[in-house]
Amino acid sequence: MIVDRLSGKTIFITGSTGFLGTALVEKLLRTVPGCNLYLLIRPGRTSTASERINKEILKNDCFDRLRETYGDQFESEIASRVHPVSGDVVSDNLNLDDSDRKFLADCDVIIHSAASVSFDSPLDQAVEVNLLGPRRVAETAIQARSEFGVTKPVHLIAISTAYVAGRRRGLSPELPLSDTPFSIQLEWHSEVEAARGLRADVDLKSRDSRTLELFRKKAAKELGAVGVPLLVDKQEKLRTQWIHDEMVRAGIARATSVGWPDAYAYTKALGEKALLEKQKEIPITIVRPSIIESAMLEPKPGWIRGFRMAEPIIISYARGLLKEFPGVPEGVIDVIPVDMVAAAIVAVAAKGPGKGGPEIFQVASGSRNPLKYATLVNHVRTWFQEHPIYDSDGQPIMVPDWSFPGRGRVQSQLDKTSKFLQALEQATGMLPIRGEQANFIVDIERKRQAVDNALGYVELYGTYAETDAIFKIDNLLDLYESLDEQEKGQFAFDPALIHWESFIREIHLPSVVQHARVKTTPTKRPAKSRVERNLALILSEERHLAVFDLENTIISSNVVDTYAWLATRRLPKLKKALFAFDLAMQGPSLLALDRKDRGDFLRSFYRKYEGAKPQTLRKDSQEFFNAYLLKKSFPAAIERIRRHRSLGHKTLLITGALDFILEPLKPLFDDIICAELEIGDNGLYKGRSLAVPPTGEARASILADYAAEHSLKLSESIAYADSTSDLPMLEAVGYPVCVNPEPKLAAIARKRGWHTEQWDKAKGLPPVYLPIGRSM
Amino acid sequence: MSPRPGFILDVDKSTPPALFWHGEGFRLEKLPMGSRVIYPPEALDPLKDPLGAIAHALENPVGDSSPLSSLLFADMRLTIAFDDLSLPLPSMQPPDIRQLVIEQILDLAAAKGVDDVVLVAALALHRRMTESELRHILGDRIYDSFNKMGRLTQHDAEDRSNLIHLGLTDKGEDVEINKRAATSDLLVYVNVNLVSMDGGHKSVATGLASYKSLRHHHNVKTMVHSKSFMDRHNSQLHSSNWRMGRLIKEAGVKIFQVETTLNTNTFPDSFGFLQKREWEWNLKDRTGFIAASAALGKTPPWLSRKILHSIRSPYQLTGVTAGEVEAVHDITIENVFKQQLVEVHGQTDILTMGLPYIGPYNVNSIMNPILVYCLGLGYFFNMYKGMPLVRKGGVLILSHPTRREFDPTIHPSYIDFFDNVLADTTDPLEIESKYESAFATDPWYIHLYRTGHAYHGVHPFYMWYWGAHALDHLGAVIILGGDPKTVHRLGFMSASTMSDALEMAQSFIGPDPSLTHLHSPPLLMADVK
Repeated sequence: MIVDRLSGKTIFITGSTGFLGTALVEKLLRTVPGCNLYLLIRPGRTSTASERINKEILKNDCFDRLRETYGDQFESEIASRVHPVSGDVVSDNLNLDDSDRKFLADCDVIIHSAASVSFDSPLDQAVEVNLLGPRRVAETAIQARSEFGVTKPVHLIAISTAYVAGRRRGLSPELPLSDTPFSIQLEWHSEVEAARGLRADVDLKSRDSRTLELFRKKAAKELGAVGVPLLVDKQEKLRTQWIHDEMVRAGIARATSVGWPDAYAYTKALGEKALLEKQKEIPITIVRPSIIESAMLEPKPGWIRGFRMAEPIIISYARGLLKEFPGVPEGVIDVIPVDMVAAAIVAVAAKGPGKGGPEIFQVASGSRNPLKYATLVNHVRTWFQEHPIYDSDGQPIMVPDWSFPGRGRVQSQLDKTSKFLQALEQATGMLPIRGEQANFIVDIERKRQAVDNALGYVELYGTYAETDAIFKIDNLLDLYESLDEQEKGQFAFDPALIHWESFIREIHLPSVVQHARVKTTPTKRPAKSRVERNLALILSEERHLAVFDLENTIISSNVVDTYAWLATRRLPKLKKALFAFDLAMQGPSLLALDRKDRGDFLRSFYRKYEGAKPQTLRKDSQEFFNAYLLKKSFPAAIERIRRHRSLGHKTLLITGALDFILEPLKPLFDDIICAELEIGDNGLYKGRSLAVPPTGEARASILADYAAEHSLKLSESIAYADSTSDLPMLEAVGYPVCVNPEPKLAAIARKRGWHTEQWDKAKGLPPVYLPIGRSM
Repeated sequence: MSPRPGFILDVDKSTPPALFWHGEGFRLEKLPMGSRVIYPPEALDPLKDPLGAIAHALENPVGDSSPLSSLLFADMRLTIAFDDLSLPLPSMQPPDIRQLVIEQILDLAAAKGVDDVVLVAALALHRRMTESELRHILGDRIYDSFNKMGRLTQHDAEDRSNLIHLGLTDKGEDVEINKRAATSDLLVYVNVNLVSMDGGHKSVATGLASYKSLRHHHNVKTMVHSKSFMDRHNSQLHSSNWRMGRLIKEAGVKIFQVETTLNTNTFPDSFGFLQKREWEWNLKDRTGFIAASAALGKTPPWLSRKILHSIRSPYQLTGVTAGEVEAVHDITIENVFKQQLVEVHGQTDILTMGLPYIGPYNVNSIMNPILVYCLGLGYFFNMYKGMPLVRKGGVLILSHPTRREFDPTIHPSYIDFFDNVLADTTDPLEIESKYESAFATDPWYIHLYRTGHAYHGVHPFYMWYWGAHALDHLGAVIILGGDPKTVHRLGFMSASTMSDALEMAQSFIGPDPSLTHLHSPPLLMADVK
């Protein structure tokens, strides 16, 4: 019956790149051979609608089964039945051109599945997509049909959510919201106006001088002394993010103030209302699924797309991050496999619109085959006890027992942890540490982020585990009963068919774990292959140039050491001690100056060489190199430089150190760009540098000039550096490498997937506490 | 009482555990019953009047040579070459014997009105010495006067402007040496003959040569056929040096060789237990041992190293001979053997030895894994005359912590060698053909050798070749107490206890093996019959 009724029909679908949409397209193509599909796709920035269909829908493993059935014919079969329509549900008239409007006018069924499903969408975005989207689809279809004089029957099926019922307790019937008791009478037009106006207000607020100052401080804290262009860029990004966050907060606030848990349910509910106003002009059916999860059977057990609501929670739990999740043990968690929802929609399409006005079908399990929260938790816990995931050391992670705490308690616990970690992160971030210890700080930051995420889940999804509403599915079951036995097998959408234990243990959890790409075996070094791949790219003969910073990248030393060593080289013993003491006293203020502006810091040191004899310094520098620098060098760094040269790469050193100190390093590099001191008429140094010290963004431009001069491509170049002040240089090249990065840079490197090296001084040498010059 | 000769102890129930050097510390190991322990002869009595002996030697040369004073004249070019800090080990308490000899030579030269005198340290491809090291060898007076005038030099095997090619030997070997030395009216060479390998024609032909010249005998083929290189008449290394030495003489280079020998009074009183046989330890030796091992065990390796490297040996002069190279060297070798030779009957299945913190190439530095290999398989294994102490296919057990530690100032190319060459292969022939020339000509290593205090880039290769004969001869090498990863990189096995090591050894050579322990310090040379 279903197949016959839909055979030869054309079906217009929105949201086909989504989780449900993909399953629906596959289900129709596979089970209803005679139908043609028009898919509304928003063209991407670089790809057309038809490219997106290929890339985002047909390439998905959802279509493996169809590919197998059709073999070589797959492409041609698809091409003859699937037609891309370029457009967008957030634009009036869906942004359709004339020929596409004709397709829309001529189709028999319209399935509107496009939605902004994220529970934390910005308010105005949710309004545009979820509230206005369905009405726009209806209006465009009505208009097109009258424009082209089409009179044959049409049927608009809009996918909503069972949670439009809001925070209601008890039975939730399959009725328009306005027909249910306790419904709030909201004027949707004014909600739209308000949401649109709010963005302008928030934008204005983000430009307030005090708010801008906040962004400036935050950018400086995160990046350090990286120079103006990068700081400005970061500030603007922070502002955009702030606007986004404000709009998300506004969405949640507005939704909860009128009885919905979040902006998603709130806009979906108003969207139904706005759509149903059009029921006279176009026959409408609304399908309301509950929480859609992995496929039970079709196209294959466990098929899932994207990382959805329950998955991150489950994985956080398995990782030991989320020790508790609020919920009532005896409460019902309403989950429905995606293949049941897709089958139900197809059946609704075949059935056609209701005779007496709009019909509503809820696709939910709670009333017919309830899954108790305690049962779900129990299955998850025992499954992960049997199949633990492993941490990076190859140790299995033990999942905690669940005590079903209230939401408030979990929230306050997580909140406290987050605040503690934040304080710890801040305190340690002020210490001058790097390398392995810097990674410790990055780990704290990661942990805090994980806790913050967990807190986010609890805030966002907590209500879904505490929902007391039971969704009635009488209409759905009537529809199911109307099918013949064969169809009941093919379109199995009766929730009673779900065997929860096997669904959770054998289908859903294995699929979630696979999609989360977590470690399921106790082998160590999972990231090694990535590191090796990165290294192979860096050490490929195709690269052009390898540029190195000096301090803490090649040598664990700095301008202070150098100066102290050279200044004490020719002093008697007692004076050496006094000098060291004096310099140590200056330590904190020097450190502060270095943090503030590297250039000023260097200049203050250059001044100390005033009156020095160039020949003496040159001679002493040679000794300094052998007695001090080489011992504090990283042998792996020297080896890497030599490796680059042997691969035919040009090697360049850019540093604020002085030329005479670098003299012994000359043979290691093709070129050295460094600071030089001015020599006075008396033949002595003047304590002034000849040019601006090559630091911060100056390095990036020096590097760019150098590359241009030697016809080298920066995109084919590698830069090695250790601190955020080198960020402009690192960003300028195709292959940045962070060496013993300080915490801020370590965090950035981890986020961007930059290659990181931990290079150490040679082992076995006596530690050097004070850089006091003496002959070897 | 005259010093006792070397001695071979058969281990029985009452034998106390034997002392093993273990890098910067010691181990006491109970050896299986029936094992042999070879003890060196006691230190010979020194010459009563060393200064007088030196003066006497300079004026009464051996072989075809006139007294030194008759070879000196005003307006001449005089060059005095001397052995570097790799000899003796550890460095001797001041004054160093070279200082005493050179001071007398300079006095004679001054008396004859010789102005053009240059001192040159015969480094070959060794590292340049530091100021304090040169001061130690020469004394402050010589250092200050010569250094200021630029007349104190260290041989630079890469300084093309100061090398001269003297020709090819009948075997086609290039002879290229220090130009100043070769073109002087007289070259006086002052040596310290710690072991029988040193001295003779090797002093000039190796000590003042370039890589081009050295590669003819510093290679795998020569080393595999030097059985051993401590026994000059069975050493191809020496045959080659002797050919070169004769060519140098034919080319008209006039050499006046001064060779000195020392007794084996190696450690000062506080470390007296090192010089004695264990069962003869008295209370002072026991407390000394306990104090030293406890102190060294508690301190980090760098500190133990610093303490041990500051030890100066109370070596005493046992002989000084001057004159024509070959005649001088024959007497010297006799002196060395008199001090070091111990007669041993029959080879052994397992040879054990403890390796100390110091070898010729890590004075004031770290004994890195490659030097551990070289000291064990190059030096100690080759301390034999006749045939090796251990039978063909036998097992060598070395005791040393063998940490992955390198001195980046002194051994830069060693790091590269360990990380890249040994990761690929440990076969000397393959290493030689695949990697040697790249390291030898590497500009960065040449730069560090010439301007810093680094061994030449090719030096770790020579260390590896030094052990080629042993590698060829042995069935297995086990490093007792060695860092497993590092030892594995060397191509060996590590064992944490002696009984583990013996068990592992038996899997190569079968049950009930014979075992011989080479007791050191001090040094000894086995005359295996």
